[in-house]
Amino acid sequence: MTGAVTNAIEVRGLRKSFGRTTALDGLDLTVRSGEVHAFLGPNGAGKTTTLRILLGLLRRDGGEASLLGGDPWRDAVALHQRLAYVPGDVTLWPGLTGGEIIDLLARLRGPRSAVDPKRRQALVERFALDPAKKARAYSKGNRQKVALIAALASDAELLILDEPTSGLDPLMEAVFRECVDDERQRGRTVLLSSHILAEAEALADRVTIIRDGRTAETGTLAEMRHLTRSTVDAELAGPVSLDGLPGVYGAEIRGTHLRCEVDHAALNEVLTRLTAAGVVALTCRPPTLEELFLRHYSSERPGPGAAP
Amino acid sequence: MTAFAGTGALARLALRRDRIMLPAWVYVITALIASNSYSLGRLYPGAAARAALAASGGRNPALVFLYGRLSGDSLGAVSAWRYGVWAAIFASLMSVFLVVRHTRADEEAGRLELVGSAAVGRLAALTAALLVAVTATVALAVLLLVALVFLGLPAAGSAAFALAITTCSLAFAGVAALAAQLAAGARPARGIAIGVLGAAYLLRAVGDAAGPGGPSWLTWLSPLGWTEFLRPYAGDRWPLLALPLALSAAAVAGAYALAVLRDHGAGILPDRPGRPAAPPWLRGPVGLAWRLQRGTLFGWAAGFAFTFAASGAAAKGIGSLLGGSTQLRNAFTRLGGQAGITDAYLAAIMSLAGLAAAAYATSAVLRLRAEETGDRAEPLLAAATGRVRWGLSHVAVAVAGAALLLAVAGVAAGLGYGLRAGSAGTEVTRLLGAALVQLPASLAVAGAAVLLFGLLPAASVAGGWTVLGAVVVIALFGQVLRLSGWILDLSPFTYVPKLPGAAVTAPPLLWLALAALALTAAGLTALRRRDIG
Repeated sequence: MTGAVTNAIEVRGLRKSFGRTTALDGLDLTVRSGEVHAFLGPNGAGKTTTLRILLGLLRRDGGEASLLGGDPWRDAVALHQRLAYVPGDVTLWPGLTGGEIIDLLARLRGPRSAVDPKRRQALVERFALDPAKKARAYSKGNRQKVALIAALASDAELLILDEPTSGLDPLMEAVFRECVDDERQRGRTVLLSSHILAEAEALADRVTIIRDGRTAETGTLAEMRHLTRSTVDAELAGPVSLDGLPGVYGAEIRGTHLRCEVDHAALNEVLTRLTAAGVVALTCRPPTLEELFLRHYSSERPGPGAAP
Repeated sequence: MTAFAGTGALARLALRRDRIMLPAWVYVITALIASNSYSLGRLYPGAAARAALAASGGRNPALVFLYGRLSGDSLGAVSAWRYGVWAAIFASLMSVFLVVRHTRADEEAGRLELVGSAAVGRLAALTAALLVAVTATVALAVLLLVALVFLGLPAAGSAAFALAITTCSLAFAGVAALAAQLAAGARPARGIAIGVLGAAYLLRAVGDAAGPGGPSWLTWLSPLGWTEFLRPYAGDRWPLLALPLALSAAAVAGAYALAVLRDHGAGILPDRPGRPAAPPWLRGPVGLAWRLQRGTLFGWAAGFAFTFAASGAAAKGIGSLLGGSTQLRNAFTRLGGQAGITDAYLAAIMSLAGLAAAAYATSAVLRLRAEETGDRAEPLLAAATGRVRWGLSHVAVAVAGAALLLAVAGVAAGLGYGLRAGSAGTEVTRLLGAALVQLPASLAVAGAAVLLFGLLPAASVAGGWTVLGAVVVIALFGQVLRLSGWILDLSPFTYVPKLPGAAVTAPPLLWLALAALALTAAGLTALRRRDIG
């Protein structure tokens, strides 16, 4: 994986301050072509600032950023013909209808990006949107649907979605996930900023976690799980002791029931002891992104394995 | 009374938010009336001069149409005739803007939802908005009374004058409260209330100009007509104050009744469904700018057509009207040029058209800033729309709109004067030219707003309007205030030939056009280099 051809987005050491506040402090982000990349971080971490720099709305103070092989500030208009964006807080023109806005946004993407009317109609039906309503009458979720349909109906090669489901109900969220899966099948690249971890877990090929304007961690979920502990839950035939085993944390033993967290390196040893005691039922669950996330953003947890 | 819980806190919040705008409205309206009454006293110092004014002005149907019927020739009565209806209009606009701003606009923006989830009653926001409007109106009444008495006008008449204006304002506070329940958006709500105000003006104007035998009873249907029938300084018919107060009470009662019936965020009038797909012309930033601004432009054009047709019609016989005052004659020749009093008057109203077009163009250009701060520029700029193209889209609407408005002003004034003078054909061409020479100066003012938008976006709205205000002050009062030459030279309107009457040379117009172009180009260049949002 070298060069701009395989990477849709390549950001190195990105810096941006607003007056005295530093929003981005050396952020790195690489999104490979054709992948769904989740961009995770708490409020105020700098996600939206990064996206706005990638869209050429803000000028970077330092660092390098390339988008689809071009410079996001200099080549903004040419690049924007090849991408579609859904802002986190969708505000629309109150006097225009949803249908008008969908068409307008598609047409604004340039003469080459004709919207397929069938695809547009299918998406309107899939998201159950009434396109004849004025935007002022839409709820937050419906405003978001307008922006999503406009983006999904386009044939842009890159979709930049800023917390796209924050106003959608679970049903619509499911529709959204199906749509992103379809886009992946069609070979489109998706950058999905979110703090909804289940969403990133369900959709993303790779994840970048940022904190205070810096990249805290990046990789596939599998890679990140190497750094973390699995949760083991077991019902045993007889008593067991895990005392003195390294890499085992928070063991709770109530009668024949055991629950603990285990470093991957120690998993084999733990299982050996459990089978010796006789296993009745066993679950071993990899960490959720929620747990990864908590590790990075809750204040420092003491003990080994607290930080990679 | 739980429906009113939290009213006090909301009213204090509203006053806090309006701590600059509200005193500004009150002071500006007071200053306009007081300064104009003062200058009327200087322009027509003696009873004889005022009697002559009353005799000619009170019978000029066009002036009666514009200002109303004259009910006496005392200084107070003449002031009330000349400024009463318009002061009532401005005071009513103040109430409409205040009430809608603190009811429907907040509701549409979602702020009232947050407020409503606290221990705040269903009617609290509406009541707080009305309290703010009443506070502003009472302050205006007191200030007006003090100012008029200070000018030496009789106290009883001054009280009647101040109350005539302010009770009308209260009536429209009620109308605005009702409109805010009917419409689901702030813009349509303001549209309904201002539409009622416009209808009130038209009813009064037609009724007044109808003359004996015509439908002069129409004036009685209009709250603006009531201010006139109250006859300040000429009989002070106090009982008529009951009419605007009753209208206000009825409208407020209606608004309360509807407010408890309707859902939060919804209006009583159904939101009409629109097109499910965009029309073919809505395909780029220019189409969008046109779509966003066309309604406002049509409103301005209707206002221009009406005002300048009536002002043009008033030109016939203006000579005898101004004959009573050498000072006024001088004022018109200063503003309008030397070539005869009628041409001087026509040239003066054409400069007013130029200033009004500058105000329109400034507001059209500043829409860019509203789009930016409302986050609505973002989806455009994230699509394949360059910043310059986006900026130019609203500039294009401003240029075309200002040109359209000036053409409307010229044609309307030409028809208004020409039809009465029997020379419509020549007057329309003459005044169309006189209106269109204003265009470069109007656009230069808007160009300053574009420059500010590019360079100092946060200050662009205040700055743009300050530039316009300064230009208006220089154009209208520059010579009266004896401002030095270099200050006069700052205003683009100083260089506009005073048509009809004066000679036209191309260079000043070209220089003005070039200045407008340079300011716009500089502003758009700065826009390319700065952060958005």
